[in-house]
Amino acid sequence: MHTATKTLRSGSLKEALKEIVKANRIINKLNCMIISDIRIKKYLVSLLLFGITFAQQAMALTPAQQISLATGDNDPRIAALSHVSELGDVSAVNFLQALLDDKVKTKGNAIYIVDDTTVTDALTGKATTLPDAVDDVVNNNQMRDELSATIASLNLLSKDSKVRLDAAKSLLGTDPSAGRLTLIKKVEKIETESTIKDILEQVSASIEITDNDKAVRMAAVKELGDSANPNNKEILSSRLEADGEADPEVKAAIRLALRSIESNMAIYDKIGQVFTGLSLGSILLLAALGLAVTYGLMGVINMAHGEMMMIGAYATYLVQDIFQHYMPNYFQWYLLLAVPFAFLVTALVGVILEKLVLRHLYGRPLETLLATWGVSLMLMQGVRSLFGAQNVSVENPAWMSGSLQLTANLILPYNRIFIIVFAMLVLMMLWLMITKTRLGLFIRAVTQNRGMASCTGVNTSKVDALAFGLGSGIAGLAGVALSQIGNVGPALGQSYIVDSFMVVVLGGVGQLAGAVYAALGLGIVSKFLEGIAGAVLAKIFVLVIIIIFIQKRPQGLFAFKGRSLD
Amino acid sequence: MKLTSLSGLYDSKSWMYLALATFVLCIVIPASNMLLPSTSILHISDYSVSLSGKILCYAIVALAIDLVWGYTGILSLGHGVFFALGGYAFGMYLMRQIGTDGSYHSNLPDFMVFLDWKKFPWYWQFTDHFWYAMLLVVLVPGVLAFIFGYFAFRSRIKGVYFSIITQAMTYAFMLLFFRNETGFGGNNGFTDFKRLLGINVTTPQMRMVLFVITGLTLISLLLVSRAIVSSKFGRVLTAIRDAESRLMFSGYNPLHYKLAIWTFSAMVCGIAGALYVPQVGIINPSEMSPGNSIEIAIWAAVGGRGTLIGPLIGAGVVNGLKSYFTEAFPEYWLYFLGLIFILSTLYLPHGVVGLINKIKAKKLAKSATSASASVPSEPA
Repeated sequence: MHTATKTLRSGSLKEALKEIVKANRIINKLNCMIISDIRIKKYLVSLLLFGITFAQQAMALTPAQQISLATGDNDPRIAALSHVSELGDVSAVNFLQALLDDKVKTKGNAIYIVDDTTVTDALTGKATTLPDAVDDVVNNNQMRDELSATIASLNLLSKDSKVRLDAAKSLLGTDPSAGRLTLIKKVEKIETESTIKDILEQVSASIEITDNDKAVRMAAVKELGDSANPNNKEILSSRLEADGEADPEVKAAIRLALRSIESNMAIYDKIGQVFTGLSLGSILLLAALGLAVTYGLMGVINMAHGEMMMIGAYATYLVQDIFQHYMPNYFQWYLLLAVPFAFLVTALVGVILEKLVLRHLYGRPLETLLATWGVSLMLMQGVRSLFGAQNVSVENPAWMSGSLQLTANLILPYNRIFIIVFAMLVLMMLWLMITKTRLGLFIRAVTQNRGMASCTGVNTSKVDALAFGLGSGIAGLAGVALSQIGNVGPALGQSYIVDSFMVVVLGGVGQLAGAVYAALGLGIVSKFLEGIAGAVLAKIFVLVIIIIFIQKRPQGLFAFKGRSLD
Repeated sequence: MKLTSLSGLYDSKSWMYLALATFVLCIVIPASNMLLPSTSILHISDYSVSLSGKILCYAIVALAIDLVWGYTGILSLGHGVFFALGGYAFGMYLMRQIGTDGSYHSNLPDFMVFLDWKKFPWYWQFTDHFWYAMLLVVLVPGVLAFIFGYFAFRSRIKGVYFSIITQAMTYAFMLLFFRNETGFGGNNGFTDFKRLLGINVTTPQMRMVLFVITGLTLISLLLVSRAIVSSKFGRVLTAIRDAESRLMFSGYNPLHYKLAIWTFSAMVCGIAGALYVPQVGIINPSEMSPGNSIEIAIWAAVGGRGTLIGPLIGAGVVNGLKSYFTEAFPEYWLYFLGLIFILSTLYLPHGVVGLINKIKAKKLAKSATSASASVPSEPA
């Protein structure tokens, strides 16, 4: 059976294929008898193919081909597939797709495509009715892989460059099969877009690496080494194993190529780490900005800050829920409403908190610490009573799911990109508000010298309340961002609170710039350390680094220079 | 450090109360638990004894935090780590005492067998000796506190900054101890203790012994603390709390004083942890969670800072309420705890003791009909 399969790879003629259809029922001997016949046919066919220019011809599958694809044993079917692939017949895609989607039924040699309600006779293309007792075409995993790979290689001939690109990409991951090489090589020559061409060269190289010709192998090795694809690395290192490459020269080339891939990958890994570090830093920044405002202004560390983030996340959840139920059409725009809603809700909670509790504790920062901790406990329990102790999940809008794939191992999720952009926007708004508005002026004045500001007529208690509201509102915005990257639960704020304190401690008080540098720096440093030492040890290292850093600069990165002492 | 004589520590009335407390702890409660039949009204159940034993341990911790917060003005949000380290140090000894009675019948504790470790890591050396373990109980928290405190106080980190850094420290330790590779049982910590000094640790008699030891430790530590705060050393501590800069300008270096009391406080916490573990029967990293450490601070705040006796009352009141609430209305405990935090800081700046003093002073003022009677001054 195996020899039959190999020989049949490019046999296209009716009888030959019919033979294969029956192959599961015919003994091996019979197959052996037809081999010589098929070899001649193969030769003829390749001559024929050479003559055909590689435009997209509309050349439908012959009934025999369809039968051979849909019936019989696995191996001859795969052989038939290979053949279809070499023919380069784009119109075959529809039938193959139907096969892959389990829409094809057979009865004897009759083939039907069942699409929901309509039934088509695949051989004639006419609508018909489905007879009784049809057989399903059963595709095992190998067959499915082959089918999708063949569809992909045929799609390489599509007129649409996006379809071609997708097809080329999907071929990259598949098991290299020599059967597709001819087609891919040809497409490579006519392909005009360089990105697609690059990918195809990689694919063909991964097949050619087992070629008999040493020069071809060397060229393939060089091609594969010139990338940062972990898949190529796997292919190359498998060639170094015992039953792989024998030629020492090629072996040396493979080793060289492997090293080059590794160094390429390392560069992209670094870029990826910087990116995740930036996105973590942005979250820290969002969490710390509000804290910097309240702490800078009032010398009060708000232990309930994390819970403000949690409330912001739950506010987002509420808006999302309402959109899902009442305005599903506008669902992808729910964030436009969620952002101001979360800001207002948390700002309101902040103002109430300031008026009820903090107002009475000014000048006693340690007690404030404890009181706000009490508030955080109550807020957490309150949310637990309202929404339940279980996490709720906030769905991303469609435009935010998925990711931007730059290379094989550099993937940037859209929601992370969103968070970075969002953090920068919030930072800019806050900066404008602090430097350009009247309230911002007052906040700066009270931060620098409360007594003097009060003397010049600034209503400090009003500024306090508004500033606390502002800080809490920004925490709410941080909550919106957090809801987009993970689950939302009552303990959400707790996991970020220590980190955001560290940012404030590191960055110094009352300076936005300090918070920005500290947050992004912490984010990137901890992601790099995570790569080296694992998440937990990285966190411990970071804390130790901060404690050592504070030895040198007790007031943080950026401190007001003043002469006051207590 | 010149200590005042014993009679100078308390007046005769307070000494009487102290003697009474000792009598109750060492004679009344054991007698009522062991001798009276369980049907009697005066019988104290095993559950109450173990709960009180636990609260006594907490009271020692509250005492330790009062020394640094109430008298020196350093609010630590990381004392849980010293408590837990003391507990772990003693827990190591208790784990070694299990011997081969674990479920894998190995010389190693079960969690090490589970990790496929072949021998004890170096820091487990000699922990099978009782006295070495007792030494670790005070040394490990003490050394950590000394190193941490030296760097923090040297660069004059104080106030809220210091509190936040201590919180980060306990958080880091919690993460460290949650790792299985750290060698302290990861998530589950140490449990299933069998023996202490070769004696079964789960019998009622053993529990009672531990309870009495805890009570006596608390009372002697209270006396030591009282001696410290009423000495000249203690007066300097109070001066640091009230005006550190002025103290520096008078030629004192606050670093040494702060470091000494901070390290002592950590050691006291370690002792409390060591007493806690055999009574409760488990120690795990959640003891180091930042929330736990903040709760310690609130015991002192509720009872009244800078009074030594106040934090003991605070630890008793808060933990008593906690065990009542978590049983009767588990949903509302956090609301209530939150309220304790807010109300005690807003309306009870001097805690329960301050309230009692205030009422007393008012009564005194009334009975003496003198308008000049003032409220005894309390730390701000």
